[in-house]
Amino acid sequence: MIITLAIMALGAVVLGAALGYASIKFRVEGDPLVEKIEAILPQTQCGQCGYPGCKPYATAISAGEAEINLCPPGGMDGVRKLADLLGREVKPLEAEEKPRQVAIIDEQTCIGCTLCIQACPVDAIVGAAKQMHTIIEPLCTGCELCVKPCPVECISMQPIAEKLDNWKWKYPVIEIKRAA
Amino acid sequence: MLPRLFSFKGGVKPQTHKASSVQLPIGQAPLPARLYVPLHQSIGGQPNPLVEAGDRVGKGQLIGGADGWMSAAVHAPTSGTVLAVEDHLAAHPSGLPTLTVVLEPDGRDEWVERTPVDHRRLAPERVRELLRDAGVVGLGGAVFPSHAKLTAAETVPVDELVINGAECEPYMSCDDLLMRERSDEIVRGIAIFRDLLAARRVLIGIEDNKPEAVLAMQQAVAQLGEDYQVVAVPTRYPAGGAKQLIRVLTGKEVPASKRSTDLGVQCFNVATVYTAWRALACGEPVISRIVTLTGNLEQPRNWEVRLGTPLRELVALGKPKADTNRYLMGGPMMGFELPSLDAPVVKATNCVIAASPTMFPPNPPEMPCIRCGACAEVCPHELQPFELYWFARARNFGKTQEYHIFDCIECGCCSYVCPSHIPLVQYFRFAKSEIWSRERDKNAADAAKARFELRNAREEREQAEKAERLARAAAARAADKKAAATAAVAAAAAAESGAPATAVAATGPTAAAGSPISAPANAPRPATPATAGDAEAIKKATIVAAMERARAQREAVQPKNTEQLSSEQKRQIAAVEARRAAPPARAEAQATSAAAAGSSLPETPDRTGD
Repeated sequence: MIITLAIMALGAVVLGAALGYASIKFRVEGDPLVEKIEAILPQTQCGQCGYPGCKPYATAISAGEAEINLCPPGGMDGVRKLADLLGREVKPLEAEEKPRQVAIIDEQTCIGCTLCIQACPVDAIVGAAKQMHTIIEPLCTGCELCVKPCPVECISMQPIAEKLDNWKWKYPVIEIKRAA
Repeated sequence: MLPRLFSFKGGVKPQTHKASSVQLPIGQAPLPARLYVPLHQSIGGQPNPLVEAGDRVGKGQLIGGADGWMSAAVHAPTSGTVLAVEDHLAAHPSGLPTLTVVLEPDGRDEWVERTPVDHRRLAPERVRELLRDAGVVGLGGAVFPSHAKLTAAETVPVDELVINGAECEPYMSCDDLLMRERSDEIVRGIAIFRDLLAARRVLIGIEDNKPEAVLAMQQAVAQLGEDYQVVAVPTRYPAGGAKQLIRVLTGKEVPASKRSTDLGVQCFNVATVYTAWRALACGEPVISRIVTLTGNLEQPRNWEVRLGTPLRELVALGKPKADTNRYLMGGPMMGFELPSLDAPVVKATNCVIAASPTMFPPNPPEMPCIRCGACAEVCPHELQPFELYWFARARNFGKTQEYHIFDCIECGCCSYVCPSHIPLVQYFRFAKSEIWSRERDKNAADAAKARFELRNAREEREQAEKAERLARAAAARAADKKAAATAAVAAAAAAESGAPATAVAATGPTAAAGSPISAPANAPRPATPATAGDAEAIKKATIVAAMERARAQREAVQPKNTEQLSSEQKRQIAAVEARRAAPPARAEAQATSAAAAGSSLPETPDRTGD
């Protein structure tokens, strides 16, 4: 009886020690779920979800504080992926879904105030004080954060035009057989 | 001795329809009234335009310089005047425009200076460069820059060089006629590729439905005393696919993730070999190609056409019959319907087929997949098209990749045999371009995230630096105050002890005035004792000097990345510079007022540090 208890106690101690050691040794830095959520978010850093960037939003989703349908640039596609990942229900997007856009500066009107440069979260605007600014199109995520600060309203959002390099084959149109 | 032939799995045997277009020899297409030469005619970077509207160009003059290593140059097909460099409809299924040089021929067709070279006397790197600058690309239809294929794998020597004259697509006969008429130059050209790759064996594969071409090539090989093997391979579509021909001739099967050079084989089309020979031995860049014009025409024939010829003018040469309703570029298996005949002939245009509803009846309606497996039986890459179709249709792109969609060569065998008439290849193309687009988006998102994090780190760092600076300044001010106080105390003590004059001179005017002053602690103090007015003057002088320094710095910085601007951009820049230079007086007035106001500008973020 005593021996049995001793064996069980010893086992508990050994396993406890092993588990305790493992939890220190193989500790995961950061929250893996946040990273997975963040990989789905479009990284526009636009703040349209109400959080100051994609990572804070991902953290909020993972903590269960935020809904998954608050990201307009991600679109319904993003909502579906998040729902898949988190096992939550797909909800319609809070805002209207827009096609991908880029910001364009009207360079004739630009006064070189640098306010848009300070607003751009992804360093996609070049320029200096009292010099014309311009947007590096391939780097622009279309977050619209530069539109508001502009004192002369010279920034406009334009949908990305279809060009040969981003053209896609369309989904085959299925003809429905006409009933005779 | 005939080499042992192997066979690839799958494939189909459609009607070839080649006889009608081989009746006549290759014709020289007349010079059109206008040439529309697209700059982007090969895989890789878009060449940069080197001409602008109004320029006179000679035949063969470089008009588009290769953009980096993975790109091929573009040349003027004839002498004449550049009318514009603008967007024009591309020969592409999308019907979208692409940057095009519009050329008006002067009719004289004068060559620029041609410099023939002997490739054996040049370094291999130089030969590759010459091929790139002559615009030599794969003319079988894939338009992959040839020079990029001419490097052997580091560890594997090239055993076999395969020259592809199979031409398996129905209707097409341009390579057939090229081999019949210009076999001599093809065989000479093979030597270039063989020498560059140091290939041990050269195999020329030609489908056995072209006996004349086989004979012509055999004769040319014998005449030039080369040891190349001309092999007639069984006619079966797609025997002309690079991987299939390599399999048939050498028995080597190229795995999905590897290139053929990893197995010691490389493959080139006969027309590519021909243009490479012309480029080096005659100094003539690729400015024309042979195009099969066939289908629903009075006079099907092969034409040597200048690149940039509008397809409308080319098609007119064949006299289309009245019921022709659309035109295909490429063969009936892999080609696409041309959006309009305004598109020009490009390096990829190997065949133009006039189609009529009787010749190519519209596709019967798509029926459900019955999983009969016919598509899997004919797939030359041993894929399972019915599974791929299922996942592509459901937009389950991850699964399509698990089923190796990127091994699909879009040969069209599966669609050809499908009893339910499902346009399988269309689904695969859709899935592929969707996957590529998502990959692009993902990469862009990752880059955006990296930039965002970098920016945040920079802002934090700047804030920390500013705080530190302020703390330092405050500490220095406090120390200054303390020093002044002790000096005042010392001065008072000295005055009491009876030596006032020296003490006053030593501590300077500030101490003498009896007020510890908050002058910037780190600013250099004037060595000599100065009055308050002098200090003001010195401050002004420092500002002026700083402005001067900034101006000099500005002027010293040369604008970069402006070497390859288009003429339009150069004009815009010149206009802006002129405008800027015009009222210098006003600019100066502004500058001084700004300096006087103590720079009211918002702080400019510093971008150069990152």
